[in-house]
Amino acid sequence: MSSNTDTIRELAQQEYKWGFITDIGEDRIPKGLNEDVIRLISAKKNEPEFMLEWRLKAYRHWESLEKSQAEPKWANIKYPPIDYQNIAYYSAPKQKPNLKSLDEIDPEILRTYEKLGIPLLEQKMLAGVAVDAVFDSVSVATTFKEKLGELGIIFCSFSEAVQKHPDLVKKYLGSVVPHTDNFFAALNAAVFTDGSFVYVPKGVKCPMELSTYFRINAAETGQFERTLIVADEGASVSYLEGCTAPIRDENQLHAAVVELIALDDAQIKYSTVQNWYPGDKNGKGGIYNFVTKRGACRGKNSKISWTQVETGSAITWKYPSCILQGDNSVGEFYSVALTNNFQQADTGTKMIHIGKNTRSTIVAKGISAGHGQNTYRGQVKIMKDAAGARNYTQCDSLLIGDKCGAHTFPYIEVKNSTARMEHEASTSKIGEDQLFYLRQRGLKAEDAVSMIVNGFCKRVFRELPMEFAVEAQKLLSVSLEGSVG
Amino acid sequence: MGLLEIKNLRVRVGDREILKGINLKLNAGEVHSIMGPNGSGKSTLAQVLARRESYEVTGGEVLFEGKDLLAMKPEEAACEGLFLAFQYPVEIPGISNAYFLRSALNAIRKYCGLDEMDAMDFLPKLREKLKLLDMDDKLLNRSVNEAFSGGEKKRNEILQMAVLEPKLAILDETDSGLDIDALRIVAQGVNAMRSPERAMLVVTHYQRLLNYIVPDYVHVLVEGRIVRSGGPELALELESSGYATFEGAAAGASPA
Repeated sequence: MSSNTDTIRELAQQEYKWGFITDIGEDRIPKGLNEDVIRLISAKKNEPEFMLEWRLKAYRHWESLEKSQAEPKWANIKYPPIDYQNIAYYSAPKQKPNLKSLDEIDPEILRTYEKLGIPLLEQKMLAGVAVDAVFDSVSVATTFKEKLGELGIIFCSFSEAVQKHPDLVKKYLGSVVPHTDNFFAALNAAVFTDGSFVYVPKGVKCPMELSTYFRINAAETGQFERTLIVADEGASVSYLEGCTAPIRDENQLHAAVVELIALDDAQIKYSTVQNWYPGDKNGKGGIYNFVTKRGACRGKNSKISWTQVETGSAITWKYPSCILQGDNSVGEFYSVALTNNFQQADTGTKMIHIGKNTRSTIVAKGISAGHGQNTYRGQVKIMKDAAGARNYTQCDSLLIGDKCGAHTFPYIEVKNSTARMEHEASTSKIGEDQLFYLRQRGLKAEDAVSMIVNGFCKRVFRELPMEFAVEAQKLLSVSLEGSVG
Repeated sequence: MGLLEIKNLRVRVGDREILKGINLKLNAGEVHSIMGPNGSGKSTLAQVLARRESYEVTGGEVLFEGKDLLAMKPEEAACEGLFLAFQYPVEIPGISNAYFLRSALNAIRKYCGLDEMDAMDFLPKLREKLKLLDMDDKLLNRSVNEAFSGGEKKRNEILQMAVLEPKLAILDETDSGLDIDALRIVAQGVNAMRSPERAMLVVTHYQRLLNYIVPDYVHVLVEGRIVRSGGPELALELESSGYATFEGAAAGASPA
């Protein structure tokens, strides 16, 4: 038994593999947040008036929340107070404006992507994936745009969308996550610097996976992404979001907002692999990830599916949700959340059933190792008119070792008596029996753990696009190194 | 040099001594059976040889092909060619039997400096072994041991043994929970694996398994000591007289 514990300890001391800092010139503004900063951000991005006003409204709202100390405290996470005045709200890699080809991109940036194993160039093209790479807060590369353009699909940075498609932005921005939604959503609305924008026109099925990699690279720069995806009637699109980040001592705040809108018969699949720096083995450093992700199934027969594999960040506060407004619309949430060392995650989903015969599926797998604390928090709400609504929830926790924790908070609210709800939950521990069995067959201890965990997550991995599923499995194995128990 | 040499092995769990000086030598090609009543230390011996870490070895040594087995991790022992068919096979949800088997085989091949086997080469090999054990192809796609019947689990253990082709196979109460038909199939599988290069250690409480797997040697383990060794006829003797006659003997026996 004791040597087992030693193995655990040894493996636990594995460092974050993808920690490095790229040295590139940066264009940034001083720390602090006030109306002038908002105006400066908006001016730097050359935004139309409506954007500035939208930002200012959000900022004023956030300021009032901050004054009344309305930062949400209900989540099962602990962190020191965040000094919002000690954060720089804008940082962009210096670059020539209006890039014509990838050759013009700072080679340092390209090398960073290579280190991360992100095949931005030929590899991705060969794989048929268009990449909108977000480096810090400004998009630096967009590929495959022409091919998508032929189909009328818009896939660009948020900044570009504001310039080129202001009507679409104006129509949909904040329509799912208004600036008044929550503290972090308000902050994001005020200061977001970039993100991705996707519009798939009526009846168009996007022929390739759209993919974005986010990086947080400037020390102490909060990253505020904003993504907006609209699938018009009968359209469908699959979007991949993935990231890793370099080692930092300071905690970094990340407060993204993602809005998805599916109109009649439209489908959106949104997959995330998240691997931000989780802090070292003593819990020092790491990203604070406060994200608001929500999709609106506005049209009848529409479908929104969230799949996430969360292995990074010191703190994760994230509830990708679906508002099932259209009749017969479908919402799905498949999640793997892993916490190791001193990571804390409070994550889950909300399924709000408004339309008739709306259906939702929730499959959440939480893995806790080390001193990790993993909370599933899910809300299923069946409104008065949602006749025939159905929900299936499966929520499983896996514990590795005896110092971690798993917590489950399901909220179920049913206002229509025709609703059908199913809820299954389980908590299990990787047993010495399982480990010994696999090791007796020749597998190393860490491979054995990895196999058990991958088996546990299989239901979720199945939902990921193929290449992402492979990546996710690797990521899980790497994140688990050091957790054999 | 024997394939496995156990010399004066003493093992404790907590403050209880379970094995009180075991001596045993197995040569390649031999099938030995360890018989004994419940609590005699049979399973402990099997688990210690497979390097389960929850047992404390307090004395003696074990050589596996001349190497110090007690210094090995479970996976090292496995890769050196030691296989334990578990009394209670463990479930691994979400991992298909075929994938698990190939991963195990490749872990061992890698250790031995051989190329890993891809699915194309592996599957035919696996199918052939399945036939041997009269097992359904469907079991390959099901999660390891999950929702397997008792008999299927035991057959699955023998299937693993057949695929991994160990030098030493330890069968821990493989007969428990098997009906007579399943027992016959499992025994067939085991017998097909008998070869001059391989030794087997069949741990069992009952004689009936030994009607099907006829051992070369039988050892009676009582209260942590081997109190008698003999040929296959010893198993039959035990069947009629029971272990009671040996229990007194164990108390009086001096540690070897």
